[in-house]
Amino acid sequence: MTAWLSVRNVVVAALLTFLVLVPVLSSFTGNLFLMTLFTRIVILAIAASSLNLILGYGGMVSFGHAVYLGLGGYAVGILAYEGIGSAFVQWPVALLVCALVALIVGALCLRTRGVYFIMITLAFAQLVYYFGVGLDRYGADDGLTIYRKSQFPGLLDLSNRAQFYYLCLLLLMATIHVTWRLVNSRFGLVIQGARSNDRRMQAIGFPTYRYRLVAFVIAGTICGLAGALLANHTAFVSPATMHWTRSGDLIVMVVLGGMGSSFGPLIGAVTLLVLEEALPVLIRIITFPFIGQMAFRVAEYWQIVLGPLFLLVVLFARGGIHGLLARGRRD
Amino acid sequence: MDCWREGDVTEALLEIEGLTKRFGGVVASDTITLAVPTGELHAIIGPNGAGKTTLIGELAGEIAPDAGRIRFDGGDITALPTWRRTALGLARSFQITSLFPDFTALDNVALAVQARSGHSFRFWRDARQETGLRAPAQAALARVGLAERAHVLVSKLSHGEHRQLEIAMALATSPRMLLLDEPMAGMGPEESARMVGTLRALKQSLTILLIEHDMETVFALADRISVLVYGRLIASGAPAEIRANAEVRRAYLGEEEEARHG
Amino acid sequence: MLLLFLEQCLNGLQFGLLLFLLAAGLTLVFGIMDLVNLAHGSLYMVGAYFAATFAAWTGSFVAAAVLALAATLVVGMAVEVIALRPLYGRDHLDHVLGTFGLILFFNELVRIIWGPAGLSLTLPAWLNTAVPVLPGLFYPTYRIAIIAVALAVALFLYILVMRTRLGMLIRAGASNREMIGALGINIKLLSTLVFGLGAALAGLAGLMQAPIQTVQIGMGENILILAFVVIIIGGIGSIRGAFIAAILVGLIDTIGRAFLPDLLRLVLSSRGASTVAPALSSMLIYLIMTVVLVARPQGLFPVANK
Repeated sequence: MTAWLSVRNVVVAALLTFLVLVPVLSSFTGNLFLMTLFTRIVILAIAASSLNLILGYGGMVSFGHAVYLGLGGYAVGILAYEGIGSAFVQWPVALLVCALVALIVGALCLRTRGVYFIMITLAFAQLVYYFGVGLDRYGADDGLTIYRKSQFPGLLDLSNRAQFYYLCLLLLMATIHVTWRLVNSRFGLVIQGARSNDRRMQAIGFPTYRYRLVAFVIAGTICGLAGALLANHTAFVSPATMHWTRSGDLIVMVVLGGMGSSFGPLIGAVTLLVLEEALPVLIRIITFPFIGQMAFRVAEYWQIVLGPLFLLVVLFARGGIHGLLARGRRD
Repeated sequence: MDCWREGDVTEALLEIEGLTKRFGGVVASDTITLAVPTGELHAIIGPNGAGKTTLIGELAGEIAPDAGRIRFDGGDITALPTWRRTALGLARSFQITSLFPDFTALDNVALAVQARSGHSFRFWRDARQETGLRAPAQAALARVGLAERAHVLVSKLSHGEHRQLEIAMALATSPRMLLLDEPMAGMGPEESARMVGTLRALKQSLTILLIEHDMETVFALADRISVLVYGRLIASGAPAEIRANAEVRRAYLGEEEEARHG
Repeated sequence: MLLLFLEQCLNGLQFGLLLFLLAAGLTLVFGIMDLVNLAHGSLYMVGAYFAATFAAWTGSFVAAAVLALAATLVVGMAVEVIALRPLYGRDHLDHVLGTFGLILFFNELVRIIWGPAGLSLTLPAWLNTAVPVLPGLFYPTYRIAIIAVALAVALFLYILVMRTRLGMLIRAGASNREMIGALGINIKLLSTLVFGLGAALAGLAGLMQAPIQTVQIGMGENILILAFVVIIIGGIGSIRGAFIAAILVGLIDTIGRAFLPDLLRLVLSSRGASTVAPALSSMLIYLIMTVVLVARPQGLFPVANK
């Protein structure tokens, strides 16, 4: 019984409770920013969870995952621009496009391993990024504004922030559950085995390439969903969404939160984005009594600790925050 | 070289014809020709660098030979990838332990069973609850004497237990033939004795190609022995013949004698 | 028209050689130390920033170049000792993640020290000239200097790796760290030196490029990815492959950018062409990489099994 009361479970439960209550808290305190921030966090957590599938469980370091955020967003944006506002068309198109691109890119990239794989995903990310930059009709470099949210006639009104937030939260929970079932299924064990020892997997009779490819496509598709959500959230999509540094952000979330755990990506997304907002303020408050006006400048440069912090996590806390929470409890 | 037994009617399960492989200037396999009949335990011995690992690599499908053919159960498998060979019934164990360290022993073997139990594009059911996978895996563990260690993480097992697990993994794929690459490597006397017992039991139901350095084991278990020196098969026959073969003594057993007394 | 084409060829050669310097450093470090260094581009950036700063201090371009090279070498070795040593022997994912953290760190550090605006480095008058390489074709002296320096470095690398004892150690170290250690050679020192060499190459590329392009944060990443493409096309671990692939990539990219807009204008409207052209030119080299990958996944000059 006491197993249920472990640190990790308590933290996760508290986090989930908080997430459910965000719109309530937001309207209670009149602080709209809270809801906006956490909508963004929840959406990126979906993207990070999809990356966790191939990175955390599958060992595939894709520096091109943000591409699917962009593709999903552009599917929604372009269709909206051309007058097709129904979510029932936009979102399936977004998923389909991402699945297709993931299939093609994956088929080429997954023939390689290790360093090669990383470099190639980077290169493909650039390819798609520059393609987006060339989309003259749809804003090119400046991006595309989306004037109307995806329409769910009669069902939902996405311009209602609370409704939209709960939709995102629901989809996040669904993603986490689906990922959990996936990794413990036959398929998931093959993926994990292939990460652990690919040579052995082949020796016992698994054509690992096929399984990896399917995982890659699944991950890309889920990320496309996040992309559609993000486009609705920001009412905007641009090639910058697909830049490889955005993929880097997703990787940071997954690793920081805890690779290869169900809630790690969510923890990572929360941590990273909350830090981004809260840390400068904290630093300013703490250092102001000591260095006065300089505190503002010092707070601006908080990002410099992120790099070394990340390196330290990689070196000493491989399981990320989730790993630290779960220490001592056999998972 | 004629490797068929006199009056043998059974077609060989594994036929190797003129297998050749060069790495730069080094000839790792020099027109190796060999046939292993069903039910035989065939040992390959030879000094270090003789090309034994290359041979296993070629048989398993990891190394593509420059020339020659490999036939398994009548079919040409020379161009087949590793996983297809396993599916056909040709399984291997690794000389340097190659397992899944973050999984338990049972998980490891269950994966091997899974490979033989239909496709794995099943995304929902918890695979660890599938009795169809767990039961045969447990049985394979029992066969090598690891039944009580089923739920221990591989990273926590001893070296000897790793070697046992290697065999269990290969067994779980329901093979017709096993390629064993130095299964006794790095084992102490007690563990070695246990391994010999395991191998002797396996002999009853499987064809085995065994690469080993431990001479006692080889002469105790093998039905026939082939000797590999610098990639070439210099002798092949019953243990007694090999022991008596002068060329073999000079090339290999002589070194063994020196190593033992030196 | 022909002269224009030749001029672009020279530009392509120059750019290609610059890519080679980067790719060579990457390949050396990866080949010898089995370390994937994503922060290689950061050293390129650091070299450029040092050069701009030292030029402002000393007023002499050559002095600035020498100082910047030395400074980048020191920074590289410091990074190796402090941040990278714990990463050896770990799997490549850890390398990528750890060095990605370094990218974040360097970008912020540069922003703190030099501000977000970027710097510029102007050429001294004696370099800011043009010489007639062919009748009617005047080519900037500076770019010729870059070509000359890069070729000299390529030759130096060739001699170093193929003909010296150190080079032998470098090549051997690639295959067997333990053996080298057992021979009594200080593998740690060797690693630091090799990494320093790689850093110096990156810094050299950065400082040479500084007068031509703006010196800004993140300049390293874009060119790093091109260096990756060079290595993919050329084959990992092969310096010869990197050289040939780099020249190819440099030529294709430069000539593509120069002539694609005009080619497109024949097919598309003028406005359309002016947006699509740069994007397509940027995409061109990645498309080529895709073709190479489909045809020959190990690259054009793969090094035999590592």
